[in-house]
Amino acid sequence: MSNDWPLYEVFIRSRSGLEHKHVGSLHAADATMAVDHARDVYTRRQEGVSIWVVRSSDIVASDPKDADALFEPARDKVYRHPTFYAIPDEVKNL
Amino acid sequence: MYTQGLDSLGKECVHSSASDTAVLEERFQGKVDADEKIEPKDWMPDAYRQTLIRQISQHAHSEIVGMLPEGNWISRAPTLRRKAVLIAKVQDEGGHGMYLYSAAETLGIEREQMLEQLLAGTAKYSSIFNYPTLTWADVGAIGWLVDGAAIMNQIPICRCSYGPYARAMVRICKEESFHQRQGFEIMLALARGTPEQRAMAQDALNRWWWPSIMMFGPSDGESKHTAQSMRWKIKRFTNDELRQKFIDITAPQAKFLGLQIPDPQLIWNEASQHFDFGPIDWSEFQSVLKGNGPCNRERLEARRGAHEAGRWVREAAAAYAAKQRARAQQAA
Amino acid sequence: MSTATESTSDPVREARLRYLLRLGDTSLVLGQRLAEWVGHSPALEEDLGLANLSLDLVGQARLLLSYAAEVEGKGRDEDALAFLRDAPAFVNLTLAEQPNGDFGRTIVRQCLLDAWQLEVYEGLLNSSDTRLASIAGKAIKETRYHLRFSSGWLVRLGDGTEESHRRVQDALNELWRFTTELFAADEVDEALVAAGVAPELAALQGRWSARIDEVLKEAALVRPAAVPYQWHGKRGVHTEHLGHMLAEMQHLQRTYPGAQW
Repeated sequence: MSNDWPLYEVFIRSRSGLEHKHVGSLHAADATMAVDHARDVYTRRQEGVSIWVVRSSDIVASDPKDADALFEPARDKVYRHPTFYAIPDEVKNL
Repeated sequence: MYTQGLDSLGKECVHSSASDTAVLEERFQGKVDADEKIEPKDWMPDAYRQTLIRQISQHAHSEIVGMLPEGNWISRAPTLRRKAVLIAKVQDEGGHGMYLYSAAETLGIEREQMLEQLLAGTAKYSSIFNYPTLTWADVGAIGWLVDGAAIMNQIPICRCSYGPYARAMVRICKEESFHQRQGFEIMLALARGTPEQRAMAQDALNRWWWPSIMMFGPSDGESKHTAQSMRWKIKRFTNDELRQKFIDITAPQAKFLGLQIPDPQLIWNEASQHFDFGPIDWSEFQSVLKGNGPCNRERLEARRGAHEAGRWVREAAAAYAAKQRARAQQAA
Repeated sequence: MSTATESTSDPVREARLRYLLRLGDTSLVLGQRLAEWVGHSPALEEDLGLANLSLDLVGQARLLLSYAAEVEGKGRDEDALAFLRDAPAFVNLTLAEQPNGDFGRTIVRQCLLDAWQLEVYEGLLNSSDTRLASIAGKAIKETRYHLRFSSGWLVRLGDGTEESHRRVQDALNELWRFTTELFAADEVDEALVAAGVAPELAALQGRWSARIDEVLKEAALVRPAAVPYQWHGKRGVHTEHLGHMLAEMQHLQRTYPGAQW
């Protein structure tokens, strides 16, 4: 946007109990306007109980190039997954 | 999550040689072939990026410009319910434009740039919105035919390879269904109304039919982008495939309305199980695309005018925000 | 929900009808004005914001006019009232029918009316007319957002640039003369206050005034001097603007009488 309406990322929690989900971005002059715009653009069908807006420039993201280093080790730790363990069928609640 | 940070785009290609690029391209195509999504900071061929920027921004511009032909009838909607529904529809279209601009911005182009392209007349948008809305029946025809065609185009894109575009399309498709029903309902009320209303509906169909089927773009033989776009899974079906599907679905709807589609060669082909239809006048399509449609000038002038007239408002908002920041700093 | 449709059991039927029409017409006329902005706003985001306000107001108008038609008891509905009455039969506040002008002018008009609607709807929450109380209960949530939107913008424009400040101060100076009507009670208002249906306007005025003063202060705007009451939209005497608006709005129904849409 001309004259400095910076970009904000928008996160919406659509129902109590759910997390905030990233839904897109928009331009606004200030944070209050960003929340209002987010409401008008992303909650026209009552899909929102909570709105977060964050300046896009404030978001810190992992670099896709580092994906291997960041995420690969978790793949080796299969014992973190319940399917790794064989439990007899007769045992309940495990 | 991803940032819009332009400085880190394509970090991988800064020091890559030709062979590096080949490896990256292979990996990229592999992801696409496996129906994995490409996200904003992933490596992508520059041509893929540019194609998407062009396609997504054109789509966004279409939504924005599309607000005008229908917005033209809000003040004259014949009942309060129709007025409310039309306001909601046009509002949705603006919202769709915003989702799409937002998706395009993840590829490194700024909203301001896209807006400049549109207002300067260098960006394309769907030719259909260069036609005037002359009667209330046009509002019905647009919902029924134009939104119908748009839905047909859009549903496959929900599975396109680029994540933000696909997600925007999923959102849009969810909201789009009422648009077409609203239009059809208007046509139905007219078709079942007075003789003048029936004539109004038929006249609208006569004027909007051919522009609507031209919305699917040139014939596959003439379309130069199709093959590459299909490989990259930006496009999932060809123009002709979608156009045929649209005609097959819509012809029976027109029959139900008791209206005549203005194509004397439209006829059911029992062998192919499709409707055969008459030749499309592509010269009209080309002319409208070049800027000579009935409303090209008006549409762009309207958006230019609004942009100019609103400049002082945008500047004021930015100035106020700057003042607030300065005050906060002083107080700290 | 109690409604008042039998003239024999409703001693204030005429006043109630008039009151509902005043509220409904004000919302309708204001909603119609805001819809004119669609596609022409300073930014796409504002197109959506103003369309949102417009949609809310048209929705309020529908509820209020439908109820009014029932109270009238002549078999009319919301559309008959909206599309087949001529200007003298409309009883909206004169301020609502004023032209949009530039964005600043629209925001000033909106803020003044949003603050008014907020007081009125709040006052109606405990109305002895439970149907009207219910309508007010729904509308007030919308109005709170409208006021947030309009007052937010008034502050940005009043305290933005020199140009924006000048434009909204001019708009405020021009539109202020229509505010006296907002709290000018007549026999309709008095009858409904006595029946416990409507809040007393004089009581609302103080709060409205204080709220406006607060916004104007934040917006670095000067409150114009008081002007004598001279506009009678709520009594069916309008400015020239309403006639043109209705001609446009009612065109289709007038041209194709009796048609269903």
